Amino acid sequence: MSSDEKKFTVLDLLDLDLKEQNALDLRCIGGRKGLSREITTPDLNRPGLALSGYYESFAWNRLQIFGRGENAYLKMLDEEGRTDNLQKLFAYPMPCCIFTHNLSPGKSFFAAAEAADCPVLQTDLPSSEFSSRVIRVLSDIFAPQTTIHGVLVEVYGIGILLIGDSGVGKSETALELIERGHRLVADDVVDIRCVNGSILMGQGANKVIGHHMEIRGLGIINVTHLFGVGAIRDKKQIQLVCGLEEWDSNKVYDRIGTEELTTEILGVRVAKLEIPVKPGRNIPIIVETAAMNERLKKMGYHSAKEFNQNVLRWLESENARALYFNRDDYL
Amino acid sequence: MTEVTVTIKNRAGIHARPAALIVQTASKFASNLWLEKGTDRINAKSIMGIITLGASYGTPVRILAEGKDEEAAAAAIQALFEARFEED
Repeated sequence: MSSDEKKFTVLDLLDLDLKEQNALDLRCIGGRKGLSREITTPDLNRPGLALSGYYESFAWNRLQIFGRGENAYLKMLDEEGRTDNLQKLFAYPMPCCIFTHNLSPGKSFFAAAEAADCPVLQTDLPSSEFSSRVIRVLSDIFAPQTTIHGVLVEVYGIGILLIGDSGVGKSETALELIERGHRLVADDVVDIRCVNGSILMGQGANKVIGHHMEIRGLGIINVTHLFGVGAIRDKKQIQLVCGLEEWDSNKVYDRIGTEELTTEILGVRVAKLEIPVKPGRNIPIIVETAAMNERLKKMGYHSAKEFNQNVLRWLESENARALYFNRDDYL
Repeated sequence: MTEVTVTIKNRAGIHARPAALIVQTASKFASNLWLEKGTDRINAKSIMGIITLGASYGTPVRILAEGKDEEAAAAAIQALFEARFEED
C-alpha cells in the first residue's frame, strides 16, 4: 500500500466485518488512544526476544502477537517487579499488541501500554489459528489494487469483465445476461485486487450502494430486489475481459479465434476478446458463448485450434490421395 | 490534460440528482472526463461511478479532462460545482 493511499489503522482492523472461518474476534482491552496507529505491513512478530531484552533486528513495525509463552514470561517479570524491559519495549512505536487464547497481561503491562498509547487487543483464538487468519486478511488488504470502469458479471461460472466507452451498452448487456440467469458482481466501478500475485478478484467499490445498475431510459434499478439474490454475487475472479466497441469498418476483427489476445491488469495477464457492437447484434449471447468457449478451453478443448487441425489433416489426406491417383505408373 | 480542483459546496453532497447533472453535462463533450477524490478516480460519464465516489460536503474533488474540447469540458463541470448544482 503506497503512502498516498488511505491508511489502514488498528481501528480499521477491529472494524473489519469478517465471518465464520475468517473472524478475528478482536477487542480492545487497553491503550484506546492508540487505535489510530497505522498498520503498515501485513506481517506478524512474536516479541519473545524483545521481552528478554534483545532488540537487535526487532520487527517493531509488525503486529506483536503475545501467546501463552510470552504471557507466562510477562507474568514472571511482573512477579519479580522487573518492568524496565516493558519500558524499552513500548519505546518502539508498535502498531498494537495482540493477546491470543483470551489471555490478559498484568497491571504493569497495561500501565506501560497506556503511557505509550499503544493499543492492547485480545482474541479468543489460539496463536497459530489467529496468525493464519490475520495474515490472510491483511494480505488481502495490502494486495495491489486498482479501479476499472466496467461491469463484472459471472456467466456460467466464468468471471467476465465488460469494458468499453460510456454508452456502448455494457450495462444493457449485463442486464440481459442477468435476465438469462447469470449474476451481477459490480456495475460501473469495479475494484480489482491482485491476490496471491496471480488471481484478480473483482468486487463492487461500495458495499453500501450494493447491486444497483443505471440503465438509460429507466434510471437506477435495484438488481437484488428485481431479480432476487440468485442474480448477484459479492466478488468473483476475473477470468476473461470482453472489450465492447462501436463497429469500426476499418478495423480487422478476429474471424477465426486462434490468435489469443490478452490484457494486463495489475501485472496479471487475462484473456481478452474484442467484440464489435452494431445495432441488431446480440451481444449477450456472444458473451455467453464466449464464457462457454472459455470453459471448453480450460477443459483442454480449443474449438478454433481443433477445427484448424481437422482442416489440416483433411488437406493432408487429400494431398496424399491426389499424389496416389496422379502417379504416372498408375494402371 | 486539463485539471481543475473544486470543493463541494452544496450541503447534501453529490447524490443522485447532482450526479445526473454531471453526467448529462459530461456526455455533451467528446473528451474523456474523470473525477478524482483522494486516490479514487472514476469516469465522469457514469452515474453509478459518481455516486459511488461518496463525495460529501466540503470534499475537494479534482476534475480531469483529456481530448480536443478538454478545456471547455472541465470548465462546464466546474461551473456545476460552483453553482452548487442549483441546490442550497
